[in-house]
Amino acid sequence: MLRATVNKILTYSVVDGPGNRMVIFLQGCNFACAACHNPYTIGVCDDCGDCLPVCEPKALTLQSGKITFDATLCTDCDNCLGICPISASPMVQQMNVDDILEIARKHHPFLTGITVSGGEATLQLKFITALFTAIKADPDLSNLTCFIDTNGHLGPKGWSQILPVTDGVMMDVKALDPTLHRTLTGQGNAKLLRAARIVFDAGKLYELRFMAAPDVNDTEKEITALADFALSLSPQIRIRINAFQLHGVKGKARDWNAMDKARVDQITTRLNAFGLQNIVTPAMYL
Amino acid sequence: MKKTFKTLRAITNDKTLSFNQKARYLSLEAENMLPYPDLDAETAQALDQRVICDMYEGHAPYKPRYVLPDFAVVLKNGSEYLELPIPQTLDEAINTLMIAYHHTPSVTGMPVYIGQLDDLLLPFCDHISDDALYRKIKLFWRYLDRVLPDAFMHANIGPSDNRVARTILRVDAELKQIAPNLTFFYDPDITSDEILDIATANIVECSKPHIGNHPVHVKNFDERGYGIVSCYNVLPIAGGASTLTRVNLKEVAKRADSVDHFFDTLLPHYMELNFKLTEARVDYLFNHSNFFDSFLVTEGWIDRDRFTVMYGIYAMAEAVNILQDLAGNKGCYGHDDAANQIGYRMSAMMEEIVANRPLENVWRGHAMLHAQAGISIDDGATPGVRIPYGTEPDPVTHIQALAPHHKHYASGISEILTIDETIKNNPAAMTQLCKGAFASGFHEFTANVASNDLVRVTGYMIRLSDVAKFQACEGSRTNTTALGAEAAQNTGILNRKPRVVGNELAPRYGQ
Repeated sequence: MLRATVNKILTYSVVDGPGNRMVIFLQGCNFACAACHNPYTIGVCDDCGDCLPVCEPKALTLQSGKITFDATLCTDCDNCLGICPISASPMVQQMNVDDILEIARKHHPFLTGITVSGGEATLQLKFITALFTAIKADPDLSNLTCFIDTNGHLGPKGWSQILPVTDGVMMDVKALDPTLHRTLTGQGNAKLLRAARIVFDAGKLYELRFMAAPDVNDTEKEITALADFALSLSPQIRIRINAFQLHGVKGKARDWNAMDKARVDQITTRLNAFGLQNIVTPAMYL
Repeated sequence: MKKTFKTLRAITNDKTLSFNQKARYLSLEAENMLPYPDLDAETAQALDQRVICDMYEGHAPYKPRYVLPDFAVVLKNGSEYLELPIPQTLDEAINTLMIAYHHTPSVTGMPVYIGQLDDLLLPFCDHISDDALYRKIKLFWRYLDRVLPDAFMHANIGPSDNRVARTILRVDAELKQIAPNLTFFYDPDITSDEILDIATANIVECSKPHIGNHPVHVKNFDERGYGIVSCYNVLPIAGGASTLTRVNLKEVAKRADSVDHFFDTLLPHYMELNFKLTEARVDYLFNHSNFFDSFLVTEGWIDRDRFTVMYGIYAMAEAVNILQDLAGNKGCYGHDDAANQIGYRMSAMMEEIVANRPLENVWRGHAMLHAQAGISIDDGATPGVRIPYGTEPDPVTHIQALAPHHKHYASGISEILTIDETIKNNPAAMTQLCKGAFASGFHEFTANVASNDLVRVTGYMIRLSDVAKFQACEGSRTNTTALGAEAAQNTGILNRKPRVVGNELAPRYGQ
């Protein structure tokens, strides 16, 4: 049976698309972003066992060569995440489509829709296609909208598979300059820019997300390039500016500065001046 | 006497109170020099120990706690006593209401109910432009806040989508005043999605209005209808509540030696004492105070037979946790299913006891159960059946844990959901939470958004900036800021995640 590796499920989220959404964080990512706020979702556990000694309540055990996780024993100390050499999490669950539908049913009156996020949700494309298809086919759940939060690193064939059952896509743009993008994420950006156009043409690009970090990707050159690209889609395209914060960040981005409101407002003014009309800025700064 | 003089002098010379606020506290001191209505020794002792509580309403109840005049009567007939002609225009109608409010008694001396304003004003709006309506409502709103500055004063609108309701929502979001408090009645069969979205966007803007679950309230009342007043009190129109007394479930639980002892013996026992307290107060109001000789009765604004009594309970969270300790169980109220089940059992049992205890001079012959939202001197006792401040789970889990209680509390129950401000970019989420809450059985939906200056203290609004000012001893224009400041210090309400909420009523001076 088709199963997904799930890092976490939230049944209350107001920041992952329109309305209140159930969010399924899928494990594993094909980017390795310096600024990742949940780096423990990047890798996929290879059962090396390095985490076993640091798990005091013995929620993690090795059974027939596989790491097994007992959530009822876990004390949320996160020591296993700290020691993992490959930015993975041993505290994941294997879930099938029915498992997720059951949770959605329980919370249905509170939900506007579901969002798959990650990690990178499209790495488990077969699963999310099956999940969205099942939601659309279920008379009790078919009013829920199905959204994907993605880094966009998926080719046209993949999009043609998932878009027919998708209602909206939120896509990250880390940088417009390909070299900078590669520095920030480990991958080029040609695939994601192409993906943004495919999704936009299908009428399903809900928003572009620009994670702005001071002196990293907020230069005039970057902002101009972002504006040019966005305008080539539509002046009405919704652009959410996320302000880089240090919370949860590991690795080299620890040395970056947090983005403040004054600078976000400047960027917004600049994008408005280019003719972009739908800029969303953070409701709060930590 | 020396002590009394000292108190009176402290009031007259207080730096922070206005002359009106001083007059009110002086009158309370005077009333409380009178002996209390006769109580048997056991009831008096329970009151003295505050296992049961009279909300410090005063020793001589000479007016009902909450009065909900049928303002449609005065708009239809004018008033002979007040020498008011029948209003013909919108200006005259608003003016008539403004006068009527000054003759509407309550426990605080300020009206707690100012009417179903859209129903009352719509008939006068036929030839009024949108702009004129907006300007008139804005002046009306300014008058209410400045002249009747009490956050317990409550306006009702809905469930239909209409010009007056929309204008009120627009003005309310624009002015962000403490008063009046506002409830929008929601009925999925009548209310448009559009006006519900406006209402929830207002919550994001200024933490008002509350949204009331109209179909469930309608069922609990009769054809003359109901109003929501003060802090979420659901009461009959053309009547109200004579009194509100309450049982402190934590104090009851502290006296129990087992869960069975609590349910089989103590809870019924203290509930009966609280009925006796209620009877003594109702007797004074109906048989000694001469209140019902008023023109309010003869002109049909109110009906002597339409006054219920509110039977309050509070500190369920603490009570359940005490019972869990007695049973050797770990799970906490609001988070653990077994703990929550004890709470549901309590609610069901109390509803049954209240429904089967006859009371004289009470609408329908019995009290109405109420999850009481606290007063500013409550310490270590969580309002109603709420989850303690600072320990609430996420809003969805929060609603799901408390929803099964709501059906038991016909005269009002409320939870305050504190929502972090990321929702400002996504007001549709507020609408969805509200719909989810009602589908789960909530009677009322109330939310605070974390960064708003205007926030809710158990049921009424205060401005955080006013609390800061009051604590710096500059005094405040509105009566409820003093309560909010006191509540903030005593009850930890500002510990609420991420902040605020707390209380209903400042019963005495100088707590």
